[in-house]
Amino acid sequence: MTDLSMPQTQTRSQSATGKIALRWLLYVLLGLFALYYLMPLFVMLTTSLKSLEEIRTGSLISLPREVSFDAWKTAWSGACTGIQCEGLRPYFWNSVLIAVPAVFLSTLIGALNGYVVAQWRFKGANIIFSLMLFGCFIPFQVVLLPMARLLGMMGIAGTIPGLIFVHVIYGLGFTTLFFRNYYVTIPSELTKAARVDGAGFLRIFWSIFLPLSLPIIVVTVIWQFTQIWNDFLFGVSFSQAGTQPVTVALNNIVNSTTGVKEYNVDMAAAIIAGLPTLLVYVVAGKYFIRGLTAGSVKG
Amino acid sequence: MSEWLENHLPKVVLAPSFIAVLIFVYGFIGWTAWVSLTRSKLLPKYEIHGFIQYERLFDSPRWDTAINNLYIFGALFIVIAMVLGLLLAILLDQKIRVEGVIRTVYLYPMALSMIVTGTAWKWILNPGLGIESMVQGWGFPNFEFDWLVNPDYAIYTIVIAAIWQSSGFVMALFLAGLRSVDGEIIKAAQVDGIPTWRIYTAIIIPSMAPIFLSAFIVLAHLAIKSFDLVIALTGGGPGYATDLPATYMYAMAFSRGDIGQAASSAMIMMLVVFAIVVPYLYSELRAKND
Repeated sequence: MTDLSMPQTQTRSQSATGKIALRWLLYVLLGLFALYYLMPLFVMLTTSLKSLEEIRTGSLISLPREVSFDAWKTAWSGACTGIQCEGLRPYFWNSVLIAVPAVFLSTLIGALNGYVVAQWRFKGANIIFSLMLFGCFIPFQVVLLPMARLLGMMGIAGTIPGLIFVHVIYGLGFTTLFFRNYYVTIPSELTKAARVDGAGFLRIFWSIFLPLSLPIIVVTVIWQFTQIWNDFLFGVSFSQAGTQPVTVALNNIVNSTTGVKEYNVDMAAAIIAGLPTLLVYVVAGKYFIRGLTAGSVKG
Repeated sequence: MSEWLENHLPKVVLAPSFIAVLIFVYGFIGWTAWVSLTRSKLLPKYEIHGFIQYERLFDSPRWDTAINNLYIFGALFIVIAMVLGLLLAILLDQKIRVEGVIRTVYLYPMALSMIVTGTAWKWILNPGLGIESMVQGWGFPNFEFDWLVNPDYAIYTIVIAAIWQSSGFVMALFLAGLRSVDGEIIKAAQVDGIPTWRIYTAIIIPSMAPIFLSAFIVLAHLAIKSFDLVIALTGGGPGYATDLPATYMYAMAFSRGDIGQAASSAMIMMLVVFAIVVPYLYSELRAKND
């Protein structure tokens, strides 16, 4: 919008030189910050491709002299998380098995809720929505203890269905918010006209609202997937050996005290654990940012 | 019957979620509040004994450390992330040619989990093999950078990693704010010969007050809930030098078997969050209804 390099009161030649110098400074600064953000990823990647010997003798930011993928192999299928040594692979699939149904269910329910709150206002609907919205903000520590007991009583403590259940419940506030904010922008005359024509509640949702919803579905799915994939608190509290998600397994690999510390394996494991969300961000960054700002500014 | 159903379908659809929120949010908060007033240890007890758990909490040196750390971490994290985010947004708002690429680079850490972030920084800050040994290798054999294992400085490593992860997001918020400022006013100011830095400090930044508030709320909320990053980076150590309320609560609940302490510390966390968020949400909702 504004241009730092538009001094209006200087003479022409001065202003031209100054302008070029400022532009240079600007790009140098931006480049330095880009290096700062990229450095950890670069270090992770190069470390994961080095041998332990080279890590001990070389410098943190040097490129690997000999590229080796052994650490990646170990991280995927051989690294030890405590006493088990199967690598990240089983836990990676646990995370997939948790995230896919939890994302689907919370998005579907959120869409229906948002549709009701935005288009079928009844007395008390706003209060219900406000109550759900406040639920987004609680620190989850305050529900950990009773949830652990409830999962035990339901017989799904330490299981993958248990974790799916928890993620759906505590994701509903945000998914409802996303869809509600999207559906309030659709004129209510549309719903009214469809009702006059004899269409019912579900028919209007299915034939009119759902086809319009692709952008907000993408935003919600990305948001929920990132939240659930990156979750650690629920994962570490409500899982047991064998059902842990990938974040918990990564932490166990890195902080396991047995044997030699294999930094290259740690870094390969960290990249593997971060890859799905990173991929989503690179492919659909626009929607990722939209969810981030919507999720934080409004809720 | 079917007509009744059709008329009440919206309520029927919303009801399960409403009931779920009542039980799993408000009911569970009530349960935790109740248990925080009992002498529960390994198992919850339901006889109320007043504020004994809160007295124990405030007498505990470990909780004291956790709260102090929250002050240090919260203040530095919020201030630095906001300043850095605003600076980056202003730099990026100068008609930069490759803005999209740079924005993507600044923001990607936000896609990574705190566990991955912590793992990466734990390696970079490793005193024996990370930055310390790298700078020593450059010909400064006396260079020392052992914050990760130094009880007095370890909390600052958490600040460093958290800022790396979240500042790009603050930039995105501010950039959106800069773009929404009325271009006509800025043009008029430029025509009047007002220097650019004055345009920023006197016109643009004051008009972004609501965005500062949003950024503050989000960052404060993140700071209070910080848990994974501490676990991955320092494990709360050395000793309990980097404990935060969230790690204190977790330790009491799942490794110390002290449910009363876990419940009371969770309640304090919730009160702090609500003290920050409720006034904000209230004003937001009211503004919307007007």
